[in-house]
Amino acid sequence: MVKTLLKSVREYKKSSILCPLFMIGEAAMEILIPWLTTFIIKELKFLAEDGTYQVNTRIIIVCSVSMVVCALFALLCGILGARYAAKASCGFAKNLREDMYNNLQSFSFANIDKYSTASIITRITTDVTNVQNAYQMCIRMLVRAPVMFIAAVIMTCVIEPVLAGIFIGASVILGLVVFICMFKVTPHFRTMFKKYDKLNSVVQENLTAVRVVKSYVREDKEIEKMHNATADVYKYSIKAEKILTFLMPCVNFIMFATIIIILTVGSNMVVGNIFGAVQPEDLQALIFYAMQILNGVIMVAMCLNFISLSKGSMDRIGEVLSEKTTLSEPLSPVFEVKDGSIEFENVDFAYSSKADESVLQNINLKISSGETVGIIGATGSGKTSLVSLIPRLYDTSEGTVRVGGVNVKDYDMDSLRNKVAMVLQKNVLFSGTVAENLRWGDKDATDEELRFAARQACAEEFIDALPNGYGYDLGQGGVNVSGGQKQRLCIARAMLKKPKIIIFDDSTSAVDTKTDASIREALKKYAPDTTKIIIAQRVASVQDADRIVVLDDGKISAVGTHEELFKTNDIYREVYESQLKGGEE
Amino acid sequence: MALNSNGKAAKTPVKTLKRLLAYTFSRYKTATLFVVIFVMLASAANVVASSRLAVIIQELIVSPEHPTINMSVVWMNILFMGCIYIAGVLSSFAYNRIMMYIAQGTLKKLRDEMFAKMQYLPLKYFDSHTHGDLMSMYTNDVDTMRQLLSQTIPQIISSILTLIFVFAFMVFYSFTLTLLIFAVLAVMILVIKKVGVKSAKNFLKQQRAMGALNGYVEEMTEGQKVIKVFCHEKEAKEGFKSYNEELYKTGYFANCNAFLLGPLNNNLGYLQYVLVAVVGFILMVSGAEIGLLSGYTALNGGGIACCAGMLVSFLSYSRQFNMPVQQVSQQFNAIVMALAGAERIFDMVDTQAEDKGGETTLTYGEYEEGEWAWKKPNSDGTFEYVPLKGDIRFNNVVFGYTDEKVILKNISLYAKPGQKIAFVGSTGAGKTTITNLINRFYDIQSGEITYDGLDIKSIKKDDLRRSLGVVLQDTHLFTGTVMDNIRYGRLSATDEECVKAAKLANAHSFIKHLPEGYNTVITGDGANLSQGQRQLLAISRAMVSECPVLILDEATSSIDTRTEKLIEQGMDKLMEGRTVFVIAHRLSTVKNSKAIMVLEHGEIIERGDHEQLIEQRGKYYQLYTGVFELE
Repeated sequence: MVKTLLKSVREYKKSSILCPLFMIGEAAMEILIPWLTTFIIKELKFLAEDGTYQVNTRIIIVCSVSMVVCALFALLCGILGARYAAKASCGFAKNLREDMYNNLQSFSFANIDKYSTASIITRITTDVTNVQNAYQMCIRMLVRAPVMFIAAVIMTCVIEPVLAGIFIGASVILGLVVFICMFKVTPHFRTMFKKYDKLNSVVQENLTAVRVVKSYVREDKEIEKMHNATADVYKYSIKAEKILTFLMPCVNFIMFATIIIILTVGSNMVVGNIFGAVQPEDLQALIFYAMQILNGVIMVAMCLNFISLSKGSMDRIGEVLSEKTTLSEPLSPVFEVKDGSIEFENVDFAYSSKADESVLQNINLKISSGETVGIIGATGSGKTSLVSLIPRLYDTSEGTVRVGGVNVKDYDMDSLRNKVAMVLQKNVLFSGTVAENLRWGDKDATDEELRFAARQACAEEFIDALPNGYGYDLGQGGVNVSGGQKQRLCIARAMLKKPKIIIFDDSTSAVDTKTDASIREALKKYAPDTTKIIIAQRVASVQDADRIVVLDDGKISAVGTHEELFKTNDIYREVYESQLKGGEE
Repeated sequence: MALNSNGKAAKTPVKTLKRLLAYTFSRYKTATLFVVIFVMLASAANVVASSRLAVIIQELIVSPEHPTINMSVVWMNILFMGCIYIAGVLSSFAYNRIMMYIAQGTLKKLRDEMFAKMQYLPLKYFDSHTHGDLMSMYTNDVDTMRQLLSQTIPQIISSILTLIFVFAFMVFYSFTLTLLIFAVLAVMILVIKKVGVKSAKNFLKQQRAMGALNGYVEEMTEGQKVIKVFCHEKEAKEGFKSYNEELYKTGYFANCNAFLLGPLNNNLGYLQYVLVAVVGFILMVSGAEIGLLSGYTALNGGGIACCAGMLVSFLSYSRQFNMPVQQVSQQFNAIVMALAGAERIFDMVDTQAEDKGGETTLTYGEYEEGEWAWKKPNSDGTFEYVPLKGDIRFNNVVFGYTDEKVILKNISLYAKPGQKIAFVGSTGAGKTTITNLINRFYDIQSGEITYDGLDIKSIKKDDLRRSLGVVLQDTHLFTGTVMDNIRYGRLSATDEECVKAAKLANAHSFIKHLPEGYNTVITGDGANLSQGQRQLLAISRAMVSECPVLILDEATSSIDTRTEKLIEQGMDKLMEGRTVFVIAHRLSTVKNSKAIMVLEHGEIIERGDHEQLIEQRGKYYQLYTGVFELE
């Protein structure tokens, strides 16, 4: 999983390598500077011990100057390290987001169905941020800390190897303690995050369903729910943090114990009780190195913990990154859609291979180019699934679908979809002007073409009445126009493609019957050669189609004209009659 | 969704901080006292322990004035140090533990209070705040607060205390050099502040950029299928890229400056060290009095040797002086973010809650066995009972969601008990608005709405709403079993009653086919159910509630006409003997109403029953025959 993610580092590889290098430079200076200070201190000490001692001014000057140089160099390294760390981690995050989003664009409908919008957003925002933080910790600390550790050990060895042994022993103990704590705390954190999710879902539900809650006067019940959720979060946060608050004193204790041991052993070495080369003035430096060494251990442990905590995020990102589209591209694709004929041959279809029941069963249907076909059936009868197979939004489980005499699987996907326009049931407009939205169908369309398409969809009149006409801003999701207007804009958008086949999936439900009829008339007049497939709830919408397909429970129940079906098909008659009572005299 | 906080800095940071501190610590006065004591002990232990170190080292150095090493002094000091360290460790453990309980307890209380408050906010509040913004209060804002309480605040207290202790020691050694350190410190603070502010500003910008990206992804992903159908992938990617680039840029500046703080502090500290050493040295050699006003020289007498010893100790303290400064500066971002979050939260908590309504309450069986009645208190302390019938009247009602835009202009209507009243009209004509007024989601500007002759303002809001069963346009379900969701209508309903309601609503057949029937857990607002199925559940919920008045707002819009016919019987049963307000797109749904009101631009333009309206040959007739568009 880590490998999949790291592929996204790309152009930030340089920064990702330079950052730790500069961090090492900074670390080296941090080891060097205290060493330089010992010389100054030594001089002052000698002076303090013997008031008549002649101070070696040169040492002081040389040391001071080198310290300034070192500090400036360290500062430079620090600045560059910070810059590259920021560049590498933010860049990595940027690439991750982009790669996820780009891969998302390659998803088929089947892939899209797997992810909710909310989960995509979480992955692109929160999860990437988590990974970014872990990555940043790694490149800044994961190299620096061990280098610091080793350098400090070496410096200690220079003074007295025995003490270095003590340090390493202490680090092992510290490492173990930290590791055990982290090991123990991680499951609590995971549970805590789950409880957080639960808490968030309570809030989320109450936001969306605020009217339901208020209508049924269930505020107290919801508050009770929230109490339980916050209590759970509290409980598990405390469980996790208890371990953490125990860890820090442990770490401190080990550090202080090490210092005490150094002092004990060191002072005995000074007076000669134990054999060793420690001088009194070394003690300060030794303590400093001890701190550095133990800090290194803590840093590494923290990095590892960060990584393990972000593992969930990594998995979720990796899932999107490695998701492969369920639709395979043909090796030698066909780019030309000859005509608008459609043929279903023994088609079975299920949304997932695991589902035991097919949504469509044994569909055989031939539609010739230019024909108008209506599809009618109850909710869940498979109308949308049937038409989705034509622009190859899904692949069939069994059988073949042909468009223009060619298997849809052999077409170049874009070429096929550009010729097979579909007005979706759950249709969406986007932020931007009317013209911008219409140009989704054809980005080079002239104003005249826009007007023509609008006319076909009976949208011209109301667009002209909008404050800015075609320049009117639709707002997010097209909130600034009514449902019926939205549907007509969606139809116009599809017509701009000048398709060979156009599919209306219940796309005139919010339009009144009269406009509905005029749209159909306009289509007949302006696009006579286009095959038109109309799914509708209203019988009136399909009544005058060349043929009507009645779907029932995934099977074709009957095909025929209105008159034929009215006489022979019970389902059709039932639907017709249920609407007749309300819709017409 | 989570990152939608609007990325603004707090407007009144000081006030917010004060309030937050008061909010947190006033409940834990004793605990807070202990935290301060323990933090103090821990910081003191650190500083005192290092002072022992100097003593030990001094003892170990052999010099003419100090020819023999007194090991007992060394041992004593090591032992002393050990004790102090243990005391320090214990104190820091103690304050971290206490602080943990304070912080988590405060967060829990805060979440509970926010939520409890939110439940009673008027709908207007929800109209003017996006879900994303509200949601992010519970996630991001509370989270920044956690960091502030459990880490930043103890850290700052400890840093300040350490500063004071170290300062005391430094002054003890040399006043002159302490002044020098303060001069350097001033420069350091200036630099750090500049970098810190830049970083914080960019963090806020980054949040905004994240919000923008979030919005883009949300909108585009909602329409992902449209993108596919229109082969618009390339454009979608390009759009994403520009948002992503902006996020990268702000993130880069924010982090770059934040990462800079550490090295900046550290190395400026080293430069300060050199400066102090050199200045001290020069002063010492030139024979100036560097230990001005200090206790050390007073104790040890003047002289160059004394000066040198002092300088050594002073230098080691000057290093310690930088640590707390660095720690505080690194908390800068946390403080800015937490205060911005706290202000948003307090703003919400301060919002005026929905008023409770009047004094009249709903009673069951008090007035007459098995009957609902309004209990109206009189000014003299007695009560008057008004039987609940479901008579609702609008008298010259004027209403607008904002004062500028009037939605309903002078509406008058009445619904007698048991009548079915329908509203027909295009979107924005005010149909849903009328039902929103009956249950007092919003209050009218002028006019009067009466319920069984009582002004609805005199009725307790909860009881008013309890008497109204509502099926809303957008169905919403809650996480829980199907049974729980149906029972939401009436908590005391038995399983049998719920199943009976589901059967009446024709929901039983699909529920049976769910993996675990009525015990199937619904998640994510019923994401795995179709819109039609969700509406059937919502209708079951209303059926269970047994309210005397029903409001059905497009309750069957997503149910196909055949299924609608199937549930018609159930619906009829549901509406039997009840006053019902129906809003429907499909005229077949409203046809059999007692009265149909045709609304346009906030006015009732036609009223009457189906036959009368057809006879009028007005708007209803046109709608009915499909001449006009219903949107």
